[in-house]
Amino acid sequence: MTTHVVGKNLRKVDGVKLVTGRPAFTDDIQLSGMLYGKILPSPHAHARIARIDTRRAKALAGVHAVLTYKDVPRVPHTTAGQAWPEPSPYDTYLLDNKVRFVGDRVAAVAAETRAIAEKAIQLIDVEYDVLPAVLDMEQAMAPGAPVIHDEPDSTKIYDRERNIAGYILREIGNVEDGFRECKYVIEREFRTGRQQHCPIEPHISIAWLDPDGRLVIRSSTQVPYHARRQCAMILQLPVSRIHVIKPRIGGGFGGKQEMLLEDITGALALAARRPVKIEYTREEEFYMARSRHPQILRMKMGATSEGVILASQMTVLATTGAYGSHSTTVQGNTGSKVLPMYRAEHMRFECHVVYTNAPVAGAFRGYGCPQGFFAQESVMDELAEQLKMDPVDFRRRNAIRLGDIDRLSAQLGEGREGLPRVIRSCGLYECIDRGAEAIGWDKKRRARSRPGHLKRGVGVAFTMQGSGIAGVDWASAFLKMNEDGSFFLQSGASDVGAGADTVLSQIAAETLGVTLDKIVITTGDTDTTPFDVGAYASSTTIISGGAVRKSAERVRDQVLEVAARMLDTTPDNLICADNRVSTVCPCSKSVTMTEIALQSMYKDKMQIMGGDSHFNTDSPPPFSVTFAEVEVDTETGKVRVVHLVSAVDPGTAINPMQAEGQVQGAVAQGLGYALTEELLLDELGRPRNANFLDYKMFTAKDMPKLTTILAETDEPLGPYGAKSISEVPINGPAPAIANAIYHAVGIRVRKLPIRPEELLCALRKE
Amino acid sequence: MKRMTIRLTVNAEAREWSIAPGDLLLDVLRREGYFGVKRGCEKGECGACTVLVDGKPINSCLMFAAQADGRDVLTIEGVAQGDHLDPLQEAFLDHGAVQCGYCTPGMILNAKALLARNPNPTEDEVRDAMSGNYCRCTGYVKPVEAVLAAVKAARRRP
Repeated sequence: MTTHVVGKNLRKVDGVKLVTGRPAFTDDIQLSGMLYGKILPSPHAHARIARIDTRRAKALAGVHAVLTYKDVPRVPHTTAGQAWPEPSPYDTYLLDNKVRFVGDRVAAVAAETRAIAEKAIQLIDVEYDVLPAVLDMEQAMAPGAPVIHDEPDSTKIYDRERNIAGYILREIGNVEDGFRECKYVIEREFRTGRQQHCPIEPHISIAWLDPDGRLVIRSSTQVPYHARRQCAMILQLPVSRIHVIKPRIGGGFGGKQEMLLEDITGALALAARRPVKIEYTREEEFYMARSRHPQILRMKMGATSEGVILASQMTVLATTGAYGSHSTTVQGNTGSKVLPMYRAEHMRFECHVVYTNAPVAGAFRGYGCPQGFFAQESVMDELAEQLKMDPVDFRRRNAIRLGDIDRLSAQLGEGREGLPRVIRSCGLYECIDRGAEAIGWDKKRRARSRPGHLKRGVGVAFTMQGSGIAGVDWASAFLKMNEDGSFFLQSGASDVGAGADTVLSQIAAETLGVTLDKIVITTGDTDTTPFDVGAYASSTTIISGGAVRKSAERVRDQVLEVAARMLDTTPDNLICADNRVSTVCPCSKSVTMTEIALQSMYKDKMQIMGGDSHFNTDSPPPFSVTFAEVEVDTETGKVRVVHLVSAVDPGTAINPMQAEGQVQGAVAQGLGYALTEELLLDELGRPRNANFLDYKMFTAKDMPKLTTILAETDEPLGPYGAKSISEVPINGPAPAIANAIYHAVGIRVRKLPIRPEELLCALRKE
Repeated sequence: MKRMTIRLTVNAEAREWSIAPGDLLLDVLRREGYFGVKRGCEKGECGACTVLVDGKPINSCLMFAAQADGRDVLTIEGVAQGDHLDPLQEAFLDHGAVQCGYCTPGMILNAKALLARNPNPTEDEVRDAMSGNYCRCTGYVKPVEAVLAAVKAARRRP
């Protein structure tokens, strides 16, 4: 299919305002009388509030509202920004008389300046009954462990007495039978760390009452519609009395798929009757926002002597921290998106997600897959070695392929039974071949060990993801034509920086046969755009893009009808291209979009407009193959990534330049996950490195040589063949690096992040 | 509270502001409507609040506004000439170097300062100069490409 706008490296439609620094983000407005909100965080990991006295805070000049659990409705809910009914437990309260982690909300104030707000929270007198805390996930289910959610009104908790937020068990075939038939069986344990999203813009929310008395919430959210529904429930307002605005967002990565500040700023604005802003400081962002679920995984796989995998089994213990946001769904993904990578006849996935008195985990790019693939791809490497097979060949032999049906996904959906996945497009094999060539696999794999203390090795990982949640995610869009032949596109999608507004505009322009400048897009405003679940699950291009394409097709039909009358022909003799409608037949007549718009508006008296909704009953997986070359310093244990190759099948790349950017950003986060990033807690549950300096993300100088390969395919379920790209490349770096370390120095690393001191200890033991 | 007056140049315009002695330059610039100066960490770690003071990149969260008295400040709002974008801004757009755009002003200003002192930097020098700008979206690949492309384009111009 020839396209004119789709598949082109066009500039971001919101780019100019971003490179010129125009006011586009949540905080870039000044409202008269705006107050600064501040949350008093719990200093204890687990405590009951025995007494709380706000009199001194309220008496401070400039303080306009102080809220504790006594002042607000008690409505159990989840902060997870998921489609209703959310699969996450309803175990969270706007404010509560119990705190469950260091950083949990104790009270909130609104004051005329930030300094007054900071002083006011210190003037709140709180007497805590400190309770025993459990921070170690392996202790959380033990008899006698403190019960974190002993409140009776929370719902959807799997087993509150044992601190189990969620439990999953799914089996296809019978793994025990499968393992019995295998010549080679390997079982290993893996541990993964607590990574934080670190959006450069911390969470921020500003709330005020508009002249009609409706609550307006301007927020850095990935899920404006879910946030509106959640706030309505928590603040006990009708949905129609809330207006959520998502401006430009300074990075989300899943952390803003969470209703974190909207409710409390809303409550303060209602109490103070003035605009209120809360912005997390960087320190607060680290421990009061969300992080990736730490997991302990036992991975067992078995293969025949011919190298055919018959059975794979993953047993996971994960902690969601103090609240169960995204608890079963993230962990469900760890099984459902990871195990089907290889065509084992027998698969089993079992998972306990436990509460601990630690900062809360949540949605994070990859959504459970980075943990699962680290385990699976490490065991795959060990199996290949036992079989004396090349790790790439062994994987290639067993990987999922075109036409396959992934039966595990049918059993394991978004907190319920899912739908089977059929592989209708698969660029995996192109990813393997091009990636292997880019890294120099064959040669480097056979290269002899270098003399000296710097040892090199190469490793590989195969991964996949999804594109939207099958049968759950849906979106809608609306288009109307203006008299200059341009179109307004309204979509509920949430561009969080990944370029959704541009991609959706490109899809609309392609469908309507106009240039990109003829599309004016509005997104992320619950008053003016139709519904969309929001930016998560790699859904925007395929689901929101599907809605845009359908809407544009409806509008194109109307355009063609008007043009047919003007050109005295029938719509089937017409095509839209180059901002005009032309006849297909040799008479070569045409009218411009402007002429059509003027005809319809001022002569026919009809607005050309239309909208549609879209969802899929399948979630086509994008594939990625990651190759890493590392250099291990055997004297220090330090690992330097020399070259990383990320080859990805995103379906059609609607904007290849943007697609590459998604891969590169995901790889950078994946490198941090593999090597440096972890939010550490002390024995009392207090954060030890809640700042950039000690947390250590990769900088421009730390990045290795990075090769990005797009192996495009044509996905029948996606608009113009698109699947997704933003999540899948984050899964590969950690296992590819761990496997490369083994190739370099013969040490299997089974814990993330891979710290030099631990690797050095292992090297010394050798 | 005690107030003081500072006189400075911001984006080639003379300004006179009443500030409190402890006000940070970041807060004062944003209060005065220069929203392109971003708040990311308030500890001088992320570089989102970078501005050029007398041509030198500084983290405005680490500088008192009072210290800017008599100085020449350039924020991202002053980089383009009207609708005419700076070659660095053009290159960032052409190379897909902008994702969320929150760190972009700091990156462009740091790159601008680098090119002023070294019009022909190597890739390593570009990475060095931008190592004070955390970016969580791009993996730095395209921003570095964009700066190098702007350098190349400048060389082609007579």
